[in-house]
Amino acid sequence: MSQFAQVLLSGLSTGSIYALAAIGFTLIWQAAQTVNFAQGEFVMLPAFFVLVAINFLGMPLWLALLFGLLMAVLVLGLLFKKLIVEPMLPKTGLPLIIATMALSILLKESVKEFYGAEAQPFPDILPQQTMNLAGAVISVQDILNLVISITAVVALTLFLNRTITGRSMQATAQNPAVATILGIDTKRMVLYTFLINAGLAALASFLISPLYLAKFSNGETLGVVAFIAAIVGGFNQIRGAIAGGLLIGVLDNLTATYITAEYRAALPLVLLILIILWRPQGLLGTDEGRQV
Amino acid sequence: MNALTPVMSVRGISKQFDAIKAVDDVSFDVYPGEILGLIGPNGSGKSTLFNCILGQLAADRGTVEVGGQAVSNKRSCDLSKLGIGRTFQQLSVFPEMTVLDNIIVAGQEHEGTMISRLFGAPDAGLTEQAEQMIAFFRLSHLRDEQAGSLSYGQQKLVDAAMAFMAGPNIVLLDEPAGGVNLTMLAGLKERLISYNREHATTFVVIEHNMEFVMSLCTRIIVLAEGAIIAEGTPDQIRSNQMVIDAYLGG
Amino acid sequence: MRFSLKHLLLLVGLGVLVVAPLGQGNYIVYMLCSWLIFSIAAMGLNLTLGYAGQISLAQASFMAIGAYTTALLTLAGWHWVVAMPIGLVLCFVVGLALGFPALRVRGHFLAFVTLAFNTLVFLVARNEDWLTGGTYGKFGMPRPDFGIVSTDSQLNFYYFTLIVFVIAAALMWGIVRSPWGRAFRALRENPIRAESLGIDTRRLTLLAFAIGSVYGGLAGSLVSPLVQFIEPGSFAVIHSLRILLMVVVGGAGFFYGPMLGAAVVILLPEVLRFTEGYYLILYATLVIVLMVFCPSGLIGVGSRIRDKLWSRTRDRGDLKQGAQL
Repeated sequence: MSQFAQVLLSGLSTGSIYALAAIGFTLIWQAAQTVNFAQGEFVMLPAFFVLVAINFLGMPLWLALLFGLLMAVLVLGLLFKKLIVEPMLPKTGLPLIIATMALSILLKESVKEFYGAEAQPFPDILPQQTMNLAGAVISVQDILNLVISITAVVALTLFLNRTITGRSMQATAQNPAVATILGIDTKRMVLYTFLINAGLAALASFLISPLYLAKFSNGETLGVVAFIAAIVGGFNQIRGAIAGGLLIGVLDNLTATYITAEYRAALPLVLLILIILWRPQGLLGTDEGRQV
Repeated sequence: MNALTPVMSVRGISKQFDAIKAVDDVSFDVYPGEILGLIGPNGSGKSTLFNCILGQLAADRGTVEVGGQAVSNKRSCDLSKLGIGRTFQQLSVFPEMTVLDNIIVAGQEHEGTMISRLFGAPDAGLTEQAEQMIAFFRLSHLRDEQAGSLSYGQQKLVDAAMAFMAGPNIVLLDEPAGGVNLTMLAGLKERLISYNREHATTFVVIEHNMEFVMSLCTRIIVLAEGAIIAEGTPDQIRSNQMVIDAYLGG
Repeated sequence: MRFSLKHLLLLVGLGVLVVAPLGQGNYIVYMLCSWLIFSIAAMGLNLTLGYAGQISLAQASFMAIGAYTTALLTLAGWHWVVAMPIGLVLCFVVGLALGFPALRVRGHFLAFVTLAFNTLVFLVARNEDWLTGGTYGKFGMPRPDFGIVSTDSQLNFYYFTLIVFVIAAALMWGIVRSPWGRAFRALRENPIRAESLGIDTRRLTLLAFAIGSVYGGLAGSLVSPLVQFIEPGSFAVIHSLRILLMVVVGGAGFFYGPMLGAAVVILLPEVLRFTEGYYLILYATLVIVLMVFCPSGLIGVGSRIRDKLWSRTRDRGDLKQGAQL
């Protein structure tokens, strides 16, 4: 039972990090009607910005994290939007998918060539102690990961629902034409969406890298898992992405511990296929925006 | 088929969305060779009715028969095989295919079998017939253009030509005049009428543009709030007080 | 005139393919074989994606099915000519099954379902040691022997591959210019309209997947005897992405697009070899630039240039008589 609690908690912890990346999928989907196939690499890269800042620029950890966040927002938010997505709008579709796939190769290979192919240790941001709780050994890091991710999501939700900018962003996502008539600067709102996506990816990166080490190929699994989380939850819903992320994280850990480590990667995929076939709008999603 | 055997019979079609009765027990017959107009103010249920007839929506009650055969719950490719053609409200050509290919593809599934279409002639033996159809709609000079590069009105003509290519008994036209400019509209109407005369093909037209309907159709059914409120020749409809009220009141 | 020129070019192209490996070292001939094989796989995906508009990120998994089936059967002593068709039938059936999700979802969602499928096939190949040899894979597959001619020498194997390639390409040509090809394009451009014209879009979607998959399987059944060693890593998702790149970079929906794309994807690394590790970076950048500026691929670039040169003389036909309507 205590093992079960530990597995559950660590599943929730990684799941909440997946959720951060999954929300990025839904945000970009709403803003540009495209799926970002480089999302996994978006989570991989910021950790390397931090490592560069620490090892080459001699920054202390807190400053390096800030630097990593800013670089992520700049490169993965602003430049991604301006250089790749914007020139291809309004005709997206397959070419944009291919472009994001190529971008994922570009980011991965760049890190491999310019930083290194080996997995890099990433400084521990959070305390490493464990607590004993009713016989279960519980990692403080897991709890804090969960708390930080949830806080970020709650903050994002509050921002989207309570502020004028946030509501304008939602209006833009739902109906750009009407939003323009209402005097909303839709282009800027779309840009904000990309920046927020980059910020969330950076946060996910900082939380997950101490667990899995920083490696150029980390994005491969992360991207797929985050996408599955977004699908499972319902693609056009932030809360769906959270539910999806947590579910995948827990299931992943449970399968690895109790069923089969060999087919660990298969379970989310089977789940994905089943969900798409039987409930294409996701567990919490609404109907629109799924076809074509 | 004599003039009294309907090509299509609509019997007691009803469709409800939540609390709103979009279509309420509508029945009518369509006779060979006529051009029947279905009109009504916005929200009168004519689009819903149209979609129920074409199986796009499942009606709550009622049946539609074409040539004595029930067609409800049939897939639209099967409807086409039963001799029911249709056009769409939105532009519905295949934009990156030539006009000729657009027309041929509209007829090829009615020629031979799946296997003969794989191993037989690349054009399914339809080039000549397709060219005649293109010529009928006066599009011969555009034969090899990509359909997507044509003007809106021209694409509407291609759309109509596609609906006729398989030689249907009945064609349902969904707002053919929508978005077409006045000069083009006259041409479109003239072509539709002359096709109807030459081939005795039955049309059912749903349309907003009153003038277009009045000059195109031989008989008109007026819907309001999901039910038929009037039926008659264009002249009878024009002077029907209930129709005037429905339009002005609605 | 135009047709005879086309035929002439085709003959010249075939001639080049016949003489290309002469006097070349084994490695070059191997690369050429590899190009032909991936062209076959890309041709299949081009049918599914380029003509019928159904995205699939699982082409490598069909190569896997073809390759493993051929490997297991030829290692058991069957002749390639018998083993290969069995692999193709298997691919047809599995491809048909993979088509079912496409009846429910399209676009990005379909992309991820097929990607998931590819990963599942990879996992099975890696974990089921008893059948697939696990991570060690299968090796020592014999090359087909046709009595008078054996394909043991690299050059002979090249000609064997070339013959299979030409047959496959000719069949594909037959499909895309038949009414089926037209119906596939109609499905891509406007499925609802296509259905209303009597085209059974369900059956067609499934067929698009099944036929495309058979081509993947054929490519796989050639990989087995060429490399004489297969392992799960050769059929991972990244290779499906590579085949997708071939199709899109070459020009999806154009008959010669996949061959051009396969040439670029297979041969460019050789050309860019001097850049060492930066090859993929350069390559990815080129793809992004291509997608941003010319989404219809390299063949699209060609036709765009031709249109630019032509546009003066080719007035829009619809303007001339359009006023009549």
